[in-house]
Amino acid sequence: MPDIKVTPLGAGQDVGRSCILVSIGGKNIMLDCGMHMGYNDDRRFPDFSYVTQNGRLTEFLDCVIISHFHLDHCGALPYMSEMVGYDGPIYMTHPTKAICPILLEDFRKITVDKKGETNFFTSQMIKDCMKKVVPLNLHQTVQVDEELEIKAYYAGHVLGAAMFQIKVGSESVVYTGDYNMTPDRHLGAAWIDKCRPDILISESTYATTIRDSKRCRERDFLKKVHETVERGGKVLIPVFALGRAQELCILLETFWERMNLKAPIYFSTGLTEKANHYYKLFITWTNQKIRKTFVQRNMFEFKHIKAFDRSYADNPGPMVVFATPGMLHAGQSLQIFKKWAGNEKNMLIMPGYCVQGTVGHKILNGQKKLEMEGRATVITGTANNVIPHLASTLLDVKLQVEYMSFSAHADAKGIMQLIRMAEPRNMLLVHGEAKKMEFLKDKIEQEVFVRCISCYMPANGETTTVVTNPSVPVDISLNLLKREMALGGPLPDAKRPRTMHGTLIMKDNSLRLVSPEQALKELGLSEHQLRFTCRVQLHDPHSDTDTLGRIYTHLKSVLKSYSIQHVPDGTVIVESIVIKVTSSAEEPNLKVILLSWSYQDEELGSFLSTLLKKGLPS
Amino acid sequence: MRVCSELNDTHGPTAEEKTSVPNVSRVVASQKTRKHMKLYCLSGHPTLPCNVLKFKSTTIMLDCGLDTTAALYFLPLPLVHSPRLSKLPGWVSKDGAVNLEKELKECSGRVFVDSQPEFCLPEKELLDLSTIDVILISNYHCMMALPYITEHTGFTGTVYATEPTLQIGRLLMEELVTFMERVPKAQAATCWKNKEIQRLLPGPLKDAVDVWSWRKCYSVQEVNSALSKVQLVGYSQKELFGAVQVTPLSSGYSLGSSNWIIQSHYEKVSYVSGSSLLTTHPQPMEQSSLKNSDVLILTGLTQIPTANPDGMLGEFCSNLAMTIRAGGNVLVPCYSSGVIYDLLECLYQFMDSANLGSTPFYFISPVANSSLEFSQIFAEWLCQNKQSKVYLPEPPFPHAELIQTNKLKHYPSIHGDFSSEFRQPCVVFTGHPSLRFGDVVHFMELWGKSSLNTIIFTEPDFSYLDALAPYQPLAMKCVYCPIDTRLNFHQVSKLLKDIQPLHVVCPEPYTQPPPAQPHRSDLMLELQPPPMAYRRCSVLGLPFRRRYERIHLLPELARSLVPSEIKAGVSVATVSAVLQSKDNKHVLQPVPKPAPVPPSKKRKRVTEEPPEVLNPKPLLSGAVPLEPFLAMLHKNGITEVKVEETADGHILHLQTEDVLIQLEEDATHIICDNNEPLRTALRDLVLRFLQKL
Repeated sequence: MPDIKVTPLGAGQDVGRSCILVSIGGKNIMLDCGMHMGYNDDRRFPDFSYVTQNGRLTEFLDCVIISHFHLDHCGALPYMSEMVGYDGPIYMTHPTKAICPILLEDFRKITVDKKGETNFFTSQMIKDCMKKVVPLNLHQTVQVDEELEIKAYYAGHVLGAAMFQIKVGSESVVYTGDYNMTPDRHLGAAWIDKCRPDILISESTYATTIRDSKRCRERDFLKKVHETVERGGKVLIPVFALGRAQELCILLETFWERMNLKAPIYFSTGLTEKANHYYKLFITWTNQKIRKTFVQRNMFEFKHIKAFDRSYADNPGPMVVFATPGMLHAGQSLQIFKKWAGNEKNMLIMPGYCVQGTVGHKILNGQKKLEMEGRATVITGTANNVIPHLASTLLDVKLQVEYMSFSAHADAKGIMQLIRMAEPRNMLLVHGEAKKMEFLKDKIEQEVFVRCISCYMPANGETTTVVTNPSVPVDISLNLLKREMALGGPLPDAKRPRTMHGTLIMKDNSLRLVSPEQALKELGLSEHQLRFTCRVQLHDPHSDTDTLGRIYTHLKSVLKSYSIQHVPDGTVIVESIVIKVTSSAEEPNLKVILLSWSYQDEELGSFLSTLLKKGLPS
Repeated sequence: MRVCSELNDTHGPTAEEKTSVPNVSRVVASQKTRKHMKLYCLSGHPTLPCNVLKFKSTTIMLDCGLDTTAALYFLPLPLVHSPRLSKLPGWVSKDGAVNLEKELKECSGRVFVDSQPEFCLPEKELLDLSTIDVILISNYHCMMALPYITEHTGFTGTVYATEPTLQIGRLLMEELVTFMERVPKAQAATCWKNKEIQRLLPGPLKDAVDVWSWRKCYSVQEVNSALSKVQLVGYSQKELFGAVQVTPLSSGYSLGSSNWIIQSHYEKVSYVSGSSLLTTHPQPMEQSSLKNSDVLILTGLTQIPTANPDGMLGEFCSNLAMTIRAGGNVLVPCYSSGVIYDLLECLYQFMDSANLGSTPFYFISPVANSSLEFSQIFAEWLCQNKQSKVYLPEPPFPHAELIQTNKLKHYPSIHGDFSSEFRQPCVVFTGHPSLRFGDVVHFMELWGKSSLNTIIFTEPDFSYLDALAPYQPLAMKCVYCPIDTRLNFHQVSKLLKDIQPLHVVCPEPYTQPPPAQPHRSDLMLELQPPPMAYRRCSVLGLPFRRRYERIHLLPELARSLVPSEIKAGVSVATVSAVLQSKDNKHVLQPVPKPAPVPPSKKRKRVTEEPPEVLNPKPLLSGAVPLEPFLAMLHKNGITEVKVEETADGHILHLQTEDVLIQLEEDATHIICDNNEPLRTALRDLVLRFLQKL
């Protein structure tokens, strides 16, 4: 039985280092190749030794697909392609291809330059890796090879985020990556057609949440920011450079404009302006409203939001700072946090999800004292008295902490909505926490409209096998099809189904169904005639002609639905069976009935010979 | 060898024999009612096509180009009052019998209609436009008649186009509407259209055809309504419409321009519209997907087959430089999207090298800003080299830099800021290239009197002499540098050689040399078989020789098949199944098993009732070899066999059983009386040697 196998190497009952292997119709596909923000050791990357113990991955994978530019979906890509070894195609959308290398370079810099790690991928490796990328457009059907095709759908999670349909013959899988079912201030909502995949692999970050309306959250956010600024506090909003940041910037920009506020808004790192530029050039990937008005007013040209300089952090007075990265695990956002954490007038707003192990995660869990580790260089006294301070320091968290879910992930309602759109036969959850998945799995399996859907949630390294039932496409000769349709009508009669008979010719890779006669002709074969002749003796005190007439009458009454002819030359023909009567001059009443039929009329011939042996009714 | 046991359980004569008589008529009837594939040609214009394909009971319109050359018969629409135009004398026939001085004006010996310019629409009478299911648009130049087709005709279908085609097409339509509505004309001239009167008019007005079908421009509401019917598609997107799949492919001609594949599983029509193999800004043309077409409809070849676009570009630059150096202005009448991007890019490099870096460029159009902005956001639809700029991120076209450095300025019209800001000498890009409406009319009036100025024609759609006619006498220099990047005859014949369509359909002009150059047989299509030519109002039956249809075997059926190898690489399997057809989709399912009969009764039933199910038997093929067959008989306990040689084979006499078996190359005959079990046993032994089909 054909089946589809799905094995998460990452994101199985977990959020982070998304990497899912799919085997479908003899093809192997890797979906995403991410890193885990919560680890600094080997667990940071997916375990590629699952694919092969030794050597390169090229011969084991037909293609790699990256759903969007977030590092937990593409962070391991250069490691996989350049250090483990993969030379096949890597598919992603144009915006992802544009932005992904920048984030990878950023990630590399933090890891190698700041944390001093060695044995990490280099800038050159990122470049070499990106050369293997084949960009694709939304809805474009890309033929990876003759059998494997992939198609991207809009996912609305970040700029360029896509869901992917992977199809081999009539079997298919849809992988959602991260997606969002409600349009926001800068992106549209995810959409897919009723493609009925065998498996829908969906993220389930917010599997248990049904979020209140976006408007409320936005109002709440603006209120909190406004209040803090009014009382002279500083607001830190850790974000990733691209994505939520632009949405919140648009929100604050319009609010500042409307309320005529003067407190400065900053955006950290040089990436900002560049990031906004990407949004301008890929405006077709944003939402309807922005696309419609971009000629008159480009939403990504901000008046109130300025570039941040490290020294500004110590400026007195209120300010709002967007700083990267979003989970407070390193970089500028963490530095600013350390500076501001001690003042209860300040506020930290976490607009997105934080994976376990990050500072952001700890704070959100209410931790009030944080151990800050790492190579913090403490300078004491004079310049020549620099002591690398490796011991951890304790940080008191006094500032107010607010968590506001602005991450653009589908919530439980959204996931159900997508299921309704795509009508999958099976569901497979990834990119979520096991407990939450469990809840959603129950909900999906209980739902009426999705009856018969099985829902799976494999852990990392665990394989889910789904048996598929693909029908086999075949070329039928038009003559045969037309003949059948003319004879049988379009729909089979449930009581008396008509059996069609044909010959399937399998040659090279083609399957053709033709009539047996045509098959003989095409294959250059001649027909072999198999005939049977059978003599039945019976006593019948009539002339030969009369006996034949009596046989005719008898058969007419028994065989109602057959064609029976009485031919003047002294034969009765039932379908193609020939019946003759002879007798010898010596015994005129002992009739010899001669039946002759071909193999094509075997059942009828056999029946008639048995029938006539019993004699004729008087 | 495994014998399909299920097949041996089937009964009765073959289906053909059984039901041949009553059903022949039905088959014939269904063939008669089967719709043939037809092409209705609503436009004869080779580069502004409008054809309708009836394919598998789907009606598909291929493009709807608007022939704007009819505007050339009209007087220009000036933006500001033109004393020259208003003083033109009215036309009265020589004998004074016909007086149309209100409608017709004379200028330098030519007569023009003094009314809002009109356009020649695709033919609307050839078929009912409300029956159209789908309209496929190949590029923004070929959709300008869309509102005439989709509005007020009962059209309820879907229009497919790429996003750049839709957005830029919208801009061009809005521009056209603005050009017309900005200068409303009170009168609509109709008297001259009267057949009796038109006959008496001087040429070329006398020879204008179908003048009654000419229409004024549509309104912005009609544009919006028409474009709301557009569904966006991406290159290589497979869009299903009933049994028909349509796929746009990059055609390399303009932003988002496409050729289309229209196919079912067994029929493939390629529609090639404006395509280009030159490296300009759009994504290169996709060629390989056009292979294996039954029919290829070829339109939109270059209109200027004798001009090389690169050479023209060079001439454009040198003439421009010459004029500017002499202190004159350059006027470039052009469309607001397309070649203008290439011209600006070319000038961006040229001007500095020619030491003319300070010359201002003005781009004047109600959609100038939008066109420039839109060009920068369609990275996915651009050539590789422009695409990679976006990754940096930099705008793909250098005109962004021209704008930033104030070298290129754009204005919605000559009114407003432009009049106060513009400096001479300068280069002005503005429309419409017909010189009958738009801001270009103003520049013609303004600069036409000075020989210092130059007008450079780059758009190939209009004859420049006709375009200039109402401005004569003219002092300004005229340079004709038509840049048409579409395929030329050399390129197209090479393309057709590569993709090998079975039949080619094309507009009639492509099948003969250009009228002006009758000896240039290289400027026409010469193909084997010759192309099927069409003209306006032609209806062509398209030749298809389809022999197969797609059918799906249900998995249970597929699993039950037992293939056997007939010869190396060829296997066959007999298929007995029940056919189910719905919406042109066919499925074969396994034959349902008959309800189980208690074993005690079974025997009785078989002997007393005639066989019921009329399942045909497979055909047999192969031969029964003598020695192995004898061995087989022996193995089955039949040992006393007398073999007699005949002319065609052998006769076996099974002496104990008194059975004769005639073995021949292509036939076996078993003559066996009164012993049914033996007969069936012998039958099965014979069958073991034969192939079943």
